[in-house]
Amino acid sequence: MQPVGAAVPLRVDIAEKTFRSAQGVSVMALKNLSFEVQQGEFACLLGPSGCGKTTTLRILLGLDRQFSGSFQLPEGGSNRIAAVFQEPTLLPWRTVEQNVRLALPKDLRTKNLDALFDTLGLTGMRSLYPAELSLGLARRAALARAFATEPAVLFLDEPFVSLDGRTAEQLRRLLLDVWSARPTTALMVTHNLTEALTLSDRIIVLAPRPTHVLGVFDVNLPRQHRSPEATSDLLQSFHQKFPGVT
Amino acid sequence: MTARDGGERRLGEMAGASRRSDPAATLMPALTVTISLLGLGLLWSLAANAWPSRAFPGPGQVWQVLLREAASGDLFYHLGATLGRVAAAYLVAMVVGSVIGILLGSYRRADRFFNPWVILFLNIPALVIIVLAYIWFGLNEAAAIGAVAVNKIPNVVVTMREGARALDPSYAEMAAVYRFGPLDRVRHILLPQLQPYLAAASRSGIALIWKIVLVVELLGRSNGVGFQIHLYFQLFDVAAILAYTLAFVAVMLVVELLLVQPVERHATRWRRRPA
Repeated sequence: MQPVGAAVPLRVDIAEKTFRSAQGVSVMALKNLSFEVQQGEFACLLGPSGCGKTTTLRILLGLDRQFSGSFQLPEGGSNRIAAVFQEPTLLPWRTVEQNVRLALPKDLRTKNLDALFDTLGLTGMRSLYPAELSLGLARRAALARAFATEPAVLFLDEPFVSLDGRTAEQLRRLLLDVWSARPTTALMVTHNLTEALTLSDRIIVLAPRPTHVLGVFDVNLPRQHRSPEATSDLLQSFHQKFPGVT
Repeated sequence: MTARDGGERRLGEMAGASRRSDPAATLMPALTVTISLLGLGLLWSLAANAWPSRAFPGPGQVWQVLLREAASGDLFYHLGATLGRVAAAYLVAMVVGSVIGILLGSYRRADRFFNPWVILFLNIPALVIIVLAYIWFGLNEAAAIGAVAVNKIPNVVVTMREGARALDPSYAEMAAVYRFGPLDRVRHILLPQLQPYLAAASRSGIALIWKIVLVVELLGRSNGVGFQIHLYFQLFDVAAILAYTLAFVAVMLVVELLLVQPVERHATRWRRRPA
């Protein structure tokens, strides 16, 4: 299912996004935010909490259309998008497997998902309801749902927030496992620099409100070589390039 | 989030009845209900003996009438007619009321405009709607069922409007991202979230509807429990009135046990297993 031909990268060019509160006060959230993500690349949007990362993602997901500017999603292949939200957002009244299958287009509903469930360690939990899962397992199910659709682009909104360190670490590894099995153009929002350095090909650093791109940090090191020492080297060179960004 | 969750759970529990499945726990309530009903029957019997009157027959006399009516086939004919009307009116009221309620709950401006209408219809006496329906549409089945449904629709609207207001937008957003079709959205996103509200509306609905159906039958139909009660009222036959009433209450109890509760248990199965 690898897209062939002249595939367009993810191109974002948001001129302005302003929120108007009920009292009529307007707050500019995004201003001249533009960046690109190449085909098959895993990119991170890094910025402090409340800097409009989620707003950007909501615009790209088509959930917020009140903005000026434009963006272009990758074409070719499935043309579908998938998202992993901050909360797992599984339907509590459907089993794990039903949750995953419901996200698939009709003609793929019956496809074999054994390998995916196996990679994510969910094989024994397919018939459980989300309320019976721990938060970590629920997030894995949300990852399974996103990858099952074989999307053209995958958006992740701080998917490992509010997990304890070990579970988050384990989930990051699982994410890399499923992602490597089928490298998909991916954009992940995070405020965790170490996480960004572990996972991504490039880090798009955002400045606080009104949000715009401060700069781009390319991680030119294959993921399998990102040992703790190598990561701390990366961290150092990141801090040299972006002093003041944590 | 937690407050709403709690409310939803409470509604669910109210509707879902007992969730235990071990035999001792299910037998005890049944036993209590039986003893309680026997006690009421005994009290009735004692009172009827202490004050013998044609206007206050004992349980034995009512039972005799019940057997007589059952043997002649009248009982089942009239029960069937009433049950059919209850089912038709219930279906119409739930479908129309749910659609209107969900629309009003989803669109603020429509709600602000139509809210006075809802309040108006909530407060029109059932009798007025029935009489007007018969005058305008004639003494026919459609007018009868329509009048009952119109009486119930505002209640359903109010309940379902609350349900639509409590919908969680994150599920709708997930469905939008994954491009759920309209049917899937209704079946997997909308209805499961509205289930406690549907259950509450149904519960209060069935009880209210059958009482109004009797009035409709009394005023303008030539069969059904309401018609029979009217007939025996003119004959001053209290035993027959009670026989028909109790027979229909029994029918509704069977509907509740064999239809409503199993359906609700199925709809709330995902709630029953704790994490």
